[in-house]
Amino acid sequence: MTREHEVPVIEARGVSKYFGAVTALENVSLKLYHGEVLGVVGDNGAGKSTLMKILAGLYPPSAGEIFVEGKLVHFRSPKDARDMGIEMVYQDLALAGNLRIDENIFLGRERVRKFGPFRFIDNAASLKQAKEHLEKLKIEVKSVRQKVEELSGGQRQAVAIARATAFDAKVVIMDEPTAALAVKEVRKVLDLIKDLKNHGISVILISHRLDDIFYVCDRVMALFRGRNFAEAPLAEVTRNEVIGWIMGNKSPVTQAAKIFDLN
Amino acid sequence: MAAASPETITPSARERSLRVRLIPYIDRFGILFIVLVMLAVGTITQPDVFLSWRNLSNLPGQNAALAALAMGMFVVIVTAGIDLSVGSVLVLAMMTTAVLARDQVLPPLLLVPVPILVGMLVGLINGLGLTVLRLPHPFIVTLGTLNIARGVANLISGGVPISGMPEPVRFLGNGSLDLGFMQLPVSLVVIAVLYLGFWIFLQYTRTGRHLYAIGGNPQAARVSGVNVERTLVLAYVLSGATAGLAGLLLAGRTNSGFPNAGIGAELDAISAVIIGGASFFGGRGSVLGVLAGVLVIGLLRNILNLNNVPVFWQQVLIGVVIILAVFLDVLRRRAGSASE
Repeated sequence: MTREHEVPVIEARGVSKYFGAVTALENVSLKLYHGEVLGVVGDNGAGKSTLMKILAGLYPPSAGEIFVEGKLVHFRSPKDARDMGIEMVYQDLALAGNLRIDENIFLGRERVRKFGPFRFIDNAASLKQAKEHLEKLKIEVKSVRQKVEELSGGQRQAVAIARATAFDAKVVIMDEPTAALAVKEVRKVLDLIKDLKNHGISVILISHRLDDIFYVCDRVMALFRGRNFAEAPLAEVTRNEVIGWIMGNKSPVTQAAKIFDLN
Repeated sequence: MAAASPETITPSARERSLRVRLIPYIDRFGILFIVLVMLAVGTITQPDVFLSWRNLSNLPGQNAALAALAMGMFVVIVTAGIDLSVGSVLVLAMMTTAVLARDQVLPPLLLVPVPILVGMLVGLINGLGLTVLRLPHPFIVTLGTLNIARGVANLISGGVPISGMPEPVRFLGNGSLDLGFMQLPVSLVVIAVLYLGFWIFLQYTRTGRHLYAIGGNPQAARVSGVNVERTLVLAYVLSGATAGLAGLLLAGRTNSGFPNAGIGAELDAISAVIIGGASFFGGRGSVLGVLAGVLVIGLLRNILNLNNVPVFWQQVLIGVVIILAVFLDVLRRRAGSASE
């Protein structure tokens, strides 16, 4: 079931990124289709996070182009990307622990009420919408008035995901969302990703845990030393092959599968 | 690393104990409790003088400059920053106004905004030094402007006191409104308006909340689309503005400009903010807390003066109070933290 003829919701073409003398990415391409969950794997330093931060507008690429729904875009900041529906859940979550849950969800996009020339934060609307959104995602918290620093790791992860999905996101990029979680919480986050997919949201999932990748992804791609290494629909690869990709080995089996493209 | 998930925790004896349940209240009202204790001590030690109108009506004037400085300092500390220049900004604003008044360059009423604008200008320099020059910590750039502003204040005034402030400036610093039943100090009104304005700004505007977010996690603010640099510049401009206002109030109160004004005032302002419960690491604290911190310092000085305690002992005691207030905060955090 190749989707090559479709317009990807987001696409990177020939993206390179250099930090001084260090080459983080070299001529990397990525396509993500509507309602698809794409797993991105690779060893530490393979360039996964850098590529995601470029897609999310945090870094500008040194070379190459980004397209959103076929349109060339230039993100100057994460705000530009978010305005186009590209959201990212950072590995460190990027939450302000001293603020309430709803304040974190609406950070940078606060609900305001006009009062003459002034605009004041509409806390009532903010609390209500945050509560509704969390309920929609089946995220349980004692109260949306809680400060984020009072939450468990899994709850914080959930708040970060809630923030990424609160504003008609088209693409949600998640960088190692399960790395710091207890077993029970991992499953919740993965089910949340499946929910997003069912709502038509495309997801890019970076993970070291192949269990995660094989549980939620439709397709998996591997980066190796900052370059595209391999990719395949999930149904066409085995765990061992993906482990090989991460280490920089392409097994003959995979090559054959690609050449004959059984579907 | 295996943190217990919330489902496994049932309310323990610990959570139900009185001590733990008191934490939120100590958190909110602890500092007000200290203020009440001080009022009691003042009343008991000097029953005839302390609560007299003559004494109480002096307090706002004596502490208005500190209150203004502390408000701006708080805004900066909320962002996990520091502004060491406020004492020098105070004197620069004061001397600029004094020189302009002496030379009669401006009509008296137009002199009123001058000190505030001077303060905003220095604040702008601080903010740009931090964000554009990317100096590593606000300590550095404000240490620089601490010296520069005081030097400039001495340069423009010749380093000598200048007396004589125009009527509008004296009115703000030293005037009072006749309400019939009482004389309301104008400086108290100025401070009340300032604090109310800042409370609304910090609590109910986007920029105000962004200041807290930056103090909590600047990276979170940045990736959420907050313009961190611009917001930080604003914080230092506001701190400069309130320092300028402090200079204006002090100039009005003393009807003069004197080059030694505001030496060490930045440390008093920081003390008030920290005693008021703000975190030095940013993101925590409230306008009410700052007010309480100013009251603690003001009342402490007042009570010690009334009891003829030498000024050197006052210094020692304020130091003790700073350490005690922060230690109480540490205790509260230790008791309230789930991770320990």
